[in-house]
This record gives sequence, structure tokens and C-alpha cells, in this order.
Amino acid sequence: MRTKLWKFALGAVAAAAMSTGAIAQEPKSGGILTFVVASEAPSYDGHVETTFGVIHPIAPFYSLLIRVNPENPSDPTDLQCDVCESWEVSADGLTYTYKIPDGIVFHDGTPLTAADVAATYNKIVFPPEGIASSYKDFYVMVNSVTAPDAHTVVFQLDYPSGAYLPAMANPFNFIYSKKDLDEHGYTWHKANINGTGPFMFKSMDPGASVEGVKNPNYHHKGRPYLDGFKAIIATKMSARVQAIEGDRASIEFRGFPPKQRDDLVAALGDKITVQESDWNCVLIVTPNHRRAPMNDVRVRRALSLAIDRWGGSEYLSKIAIVKTVGGIVYPNHPLAATEEELVQIAGYGKDLDANRAESRRLLEESGIDLSKTYIFNNRGVDQPYQVVGTWLVDQWKQVGLNFEQQVNPSPVFYDILRKTHEHDVSIDFNCQSVINPIADVSFFIPGGGSNHSGVEDQGMIDMYNELSKAGTLEEQRKLMRAYEKRVLDETASQFITLWWYKINPYRSYVKGWSIAPSHYLAQQLDQIWLDQ
Amino acid sequence: MWAYVMKRVLLMIPTVLGAAVIIFCLLRLMPGDVCELKVGADGGNYDLQQIEICRADLGLNDPTIVQFGKFVLGIATFDFGNSMWTGRPITYEMGLRFELSLQVAIMATLVALIISIPLGTLSAVYQNTWIDYVVRMVSIAGIAIPSFWLGILIILALLNISEALTGTRWTPPIEYVPLWEDPWYNLQMLIWPAVATGYRYSSVATRMTRSSLLEVLREDYVRTARAKGLKEKLIINRHALGNALLPVVTIIGIEFAFLMGGLVVTEQVFNLNGLGKLLVQSVTFNDYSMTQAIVMVIVLVFVLTNFVVDILYAWLDPRIRYS
Repeated sequence: MRTKLWKFALGAVAAAAMSTGAIAQEPKSGGILTFVVASEAPSYDGHVETTFGVIHPIAPFYSLLIRVNPENPSDPTDLQCDVCESWEVSADGLTYTYKIPDGIVFHDGTPLTAADVAATYNKIVFPPEGIASSYKDFYVMVNSVTAPDAHTVVFQLDYPSGAYLPAMANPFNFIYSKKDLDEHGYTWHKANINGTGPFMFKSMDPGASVEGVKNPNYHHKGRPYLDGFKAIIATKMSARVQAIEGDRASIEFRGFPPKQRDDLVAALGDKITVQESDWNCVLIVTPNHRRAPMNDVRVRRALSLAIDRWGGSEYLSKIAIVKTVGGIVYPNHPLAATEEELVQIAGYGKDLDANRAESRRLLEESGIDLSKTYIFNNRGVDQPYQVVGTWLVDQWKQVGLNFEQQVNPSPVFYDILRKTHEHDVSIDFNCQSVINPIADVSFFIPGGGSNHSGVEDQGMIDMYNELSKAGTLEEQRKLMRAYEKRVLDETASQFITLWWYKINPYRSYVKGWSIAPSHYLAQQLDQIWLDQ
Repeated sequence: MWAYVMKRVLLMIPTVLGAAVIIFCLLRLMPGDVCELKVGADGGNYDLQQIEICRADLGLNDPTIVQFGKFVLGIATFDFGNSMWTGRPITYEMGLRFELSLQVAIMATLVALIISIPLGTLSAVYQNTWIDYVVRMVSIAGIAIPSFWLGILIILALLNISEALTGTRWTPPIEYVPLWEDPWYNLQMLIWPAVATGYRYSSVATRMTRSSLLEVLREDYVRTARAKGLKEKLIINRHALGNALLPVVTIIGIEFAFLMGGLVVTEQVFNLNGLGKLLVQSVTFNDYSMTQAIVMVIVLVFVLTNFVVDILYAWLDPRIRYS
């Protein structure tokens, strides 16, 4: 625990040093930031969409109620007001009161008040029948959202929850104007933009680009530094890398694999700056509990025990966007397991021979047919799915298990994982924005929407419910360890491979940008400036 | 001639309808749907209720026959509805890409014609000489090398050559600007994919020109022309080449239609926002409405191109329309 907290503090200090370094240089105003995005926004409505293809080009047009500090995004606890000026929590942890200042205006000139914030959150938390809201489950603890006056928003909770405040910094929670919602309806924002963000919408060329221009009335005074931005959609990785290499674009915010980083650095030297970070995304092995032999806990534990995570971290990180060994919680968070705690979990021990001997013993005891080839459903995406998938097949072969890796296009992959279940084991993944461990680990809840393993375990559900209502960090930590042990070890219902590792090489003249542990975070671009 | 044209027009109708039925059925056989991807493909929480709302919004819960009826009506009125992925009108989305794809197709065809007719002719005239061997080698290489790979090589070459010459690494622009807005910028972007695809395209046409011309050069009327003492240049240009180009016209027509929607990977390599890229995206996202519409447009382009080729055939060779 102490080691983990020390590492966490060190990370925070390093991130602070990085941001201090950026502040030490006087930001320059002007210029257009051109960046590349690998995905196109299905619509502009952040409350509905879940892809970074929306965040990267659209988030700069909007504000949030609170946000991750864009100058220190690596610290998951450093949240700051965006359209609020302060917030208070009642002593019982059930009432959060946000103060909204005067002087914030939407791009159409409408002043922002507490009513806009309340209307936005009522749309997200309590959407009317037939209106989609992809994030309402983040707010199961919220009882009501009200605006008693133009400067006050009150969130009343049913129970105090450690998951609440990080969820409020969800980068998809764009603040909409109540007037727009009332006059145009709840689907208007799918195709229209009117926010209070640092940039105003200029143009959109479907499948090609989105452009924004500086908002002169932006409420964070002196910002944004840029005159505008242009997001160019480039779905092929080689096109994005070459765009940066040829200076057609300055940065790509999602991240590149190690090889592309090395190529860019070799080609451009000090014209390229690289920032790297652990990433709040992880590939998860999901056995199919609905059929033999994966309905046998001994087989599932054997699969996890066969994986050399510590070795894999070393060699896979050279070729893929994975690196850190961790449990179910993002590795750099105070709620994450320390190394001492991790090695107590099946498959995390550092004696690989002992792990695999135990794996073989369990397989023998289970009576599994080792002459049979089992089906491993994987997603047809190279980074990191296929790389990790190929590694897993090899790891399991070491204990005598043969898997046929079926690499499927995304629609087929999801159909097998979620509906037909014609597999023995599948890859799944959990990729979240704000680091909110208590919400993030809801992924593993048996019967929950995101858990496709078919596991049935009321004990695990009860453990999660207790965790979600735990008040103090110490209590949360204790319950998290028990829940983690239940998921990864006692039931081996699902298990973690390696956490993703984010690598962002970009043109050195781009300043003020600090890497976040998620490609969804700190993307309003108001802190970025160009040293040109 | 009019009877011939009408017959060809009437034959187009069952072809288009048959293609519509096939594409509609094949897409419904594909596992998964667009809502699964929209709601839960980016690692967030997977919510069945959101998927149901999405399916209802997109009409995916309608009976299949109703969906097919809407699709056929869309073909008839050329209004394919909205994209299931972006929600924007499909004709608008395709219109934006059509211009770029058409320009690349025309430029690639020009590149192919400039290369293939002279080289194919030279290769036939100088059969089994070093000229013939070189041309055959170049054209076989063109068939063997995928356009997208050649495209990657071109970009890498541009990066390295520009650095060697100017000290700065240069790549083609990655954002399309129409030809009439900024011709120089437009050509900087599109000349490279046109060369990459035009080379492969020219290789097929070169080989066809060569074999067709060799066949014609052995015809009796060519021998007669030679016996009359006509100059070889005149025999080739006036008598042989015209007749030899009939199959070449077919190849060019088919390839042109292919280029309108088939530059799937090449468009991605050069980041061209064309129909091929749109088609790949729509298939990736299970965007039925968009995929159906693009495939139908490509079918229409093929059918119309073949129609034009048939008319050209009849015009070039009167025996065809009289038969």
C-alpha cells in the first residue's frame, strides 16, 4: 500500500513538473492546430456517443461542469471547475452544491445559468423514454438534479459514493443550453453544436475534417491560445504517422505503437516530442462460463496461471501498446493493488515455473481434453488485440492447451461475444475515460451489461454493492481487494492481460499539452499553444 | 441502332434489381448490427436499453420486407435515406465523395491510356525484341504490385527525396480541396494515387493492347495493306490499331467502373475521402443503408459503363449492331 501511494505521489510530482515546465515558457497566442483523428464522430451528441471520434473534434466546442485538470491530467484526483466556480459537499456526503458564475455565454450569445447545467444533467441522468443516454448508469446514486436559483445547482444523492465525483468529470458530459433542449428537442445536438467551449464551430466536411475557431468570450480568461483547430480524419495509421512526419498534422491524441514512435523519432529527431503514460484501457480474457470446460473454475484458473504477465510486459511493450501489469484497477490509482498484493493473485506470482506447474495440475485434475482445440474469439484489430491474442495462444500452449484464434471483424466479434457465444474464450476490453475505479470495475459484475462471460455469482454482486457505497478510501481499498480476488482468483471469472500503454509522439512546437491516462481526457485544447 | 440501344437499356433493369436483392440479403446475413458498434464498441459500458433505442430509431426492428421496400423505393427515387452511422442523408454523403472518386478515376484512366496504348503498340510491333521484353516486364510488375503498396512506396519515396533535396520531409496533402478551388493543391494530393492506380490499370491495358494488336496484325487485310506497299506506321495507326482497341475499350470501361468504388485500400493510404473509403467504413460499422446505397451506385456505374462500352462497340464495329 505504502509503495503504491509513494509511486502515485511520484507520478503526481512528475506530472506537476511536466506542467510547470510548460508554464515556465510564456504561452504564445495564435496559430491553427491541425491534428489527425482515427475515427469519425457518428454524431455530435456527447451524451449518446462513446467514441473518441466525438471527443477529439467536438469536445473543444463544449464545457463541462467539472473537468480533469488539463495541465495535470495524469492525476486522477485533480478535478477542477469548468463552468462552476466552486463546489461543496454536505457532511453526510449526500448533497453536492455547485456555484455557477455570471459571464459565461453560449456561442449563440445565450448566457449560461444553473438551469442549463441542471437541464443537461437531467437529460444525462434521467433521460425521457426513448432518448438515449450512454452515461446514465454512472449516476445510479443520484436522486435529483435541481437549480434552485440561477447560480446554484444541487445534486442530491441516495447514498454517498466514491464513484460520484469522478463521474461528474466525464468528458462526454457537454453542457447544453436549456433553451436548445426546450426549443429543438433532445436529439438536436446530434447534428448541431452550441456550447460554451474554447472554440466555436466553423465547418465540418463529412468523413474528412472538423474546424473550429477561437471563442473570444471563453470564460477561462486569456484562453484559448490557438486561433483555431482543424481535426482531419485519417483512419489508416500509416496515413496519420506520415501526416505528422510530413507536418501535415502536428499531433494525434489517441496514440501510436512503439514502432511508429521510434520511426518518427528516427526521422525527425528533436522536432518530435514523445509523452508516454499508463492507459485506462485493458484487454480482458473472458471465458465462456456457459459451456464446458470453461464452466470449471479449475480450467479458468489454469488459463490465468499459464500467462507470464511480468515477462509479457517486458517483451510485448516493445511491439504493442500494452505494458503495465495490474489487477482490475487502473495501475496508478490509490485503489489499485500494489505489487505485493498482486503477486498473491493466481497468475501474478513471479515464479513462472510454479505457476505453470499449478496450471498443469489443475488441468489434469479437471480432466479437460488436451487433445482438443478450443476456440478463442478475438477482434480483427491489430493493436493491441491481435498481438496480445497471439501471445495468449502461445502462453496457453505452454501448459498443453490448444486454442484456435479466430480473428473476426468487429461486428462478428461482438456477435459471438455478446449473442451467439460460439466460443470457449474471448477477448473483451474495458476502456474508460476519467479514472473512476469503483465505476470502472462494474464491468465485472455478473449479469451486468458489460460482463459477457455468463458467470453467475451473487456473492460478487453483493461485494460490488458494498464497495460502491463505501465512504472512506481505506474502506474502498479493502473491499476492492476482496472484489478483485473474487474476480481474478477465487472464481477466475475473467482475467486481466496487460494494461494499455499510451504513446504520443508529436511535433515539438506543440506546447502546453500533457498526456492523460485516457485518450478521452483533457481534449478541450484551451491549454495548447504553438511555439512557431 | 435505336433498337440495339433500347434492348441494352431494358437489359439493365433486371441486372440492377437482381443486384439489389443480392446485396440486401447478404447484408442481413452478416452477424451483428450498427447499434452494437455505436453503443458499445469503444470500450464503454454496454447498455442493452441504449441498443434497443438505437435499433428502433434506425428502423432495424421493422419487418425485413418493409426494410426491403424502403430500399427499392430509395433506388427508384435515388433517395436512400440517412446513414445509420452518421444520420446524415446518404445522397449528401456520397455526393461529397463522388467528386473525388471521379477525379481520381479520370486521372488514373488518363495515366493508364498514356502508358498503355504506346507501350502495348510498341510491344506488339517489336514482338520478341528487347523492347517487347522490357514492356512485358513492366506490365507484369504492374499487375503483380498492389496499388496500395505502390502508394506506400511512393509516399516513402517522397518523404526521403524531399528531405534529400530540401531538408524537409514532404508528404502529399491529406485533405481534399476541389480542383477548381486550388488546382495546384488538388494535384499535389491526387496525382500520386492516380499514378499508383493508373500504373496497375495500364498494365492490364498494355497487355490487352499487345495481344489484340498482334492478332490484328496477322489478319488478311493487314497483309493486303502491306502488299499494297503502305507504310508500316500508316498500317498500324489507321488500319490495325482501331480494330485492336475494341477489347481494350472493354478493359478500360470495367477498370473505370472499378476505380469509382474499388480503391478501398489506396484511398486509405493517401487518406482520400472517396467512395471506397466510405464503403469500407460502412461495412465496418454495419451501416446497412450506406453499404446498400454505395453498392447500388457502383452497380449503376458498372451497368452504365458497360452500356456505353456496348454502344461504342456497335459504333466501332457495325457488324455488332446488325447481328
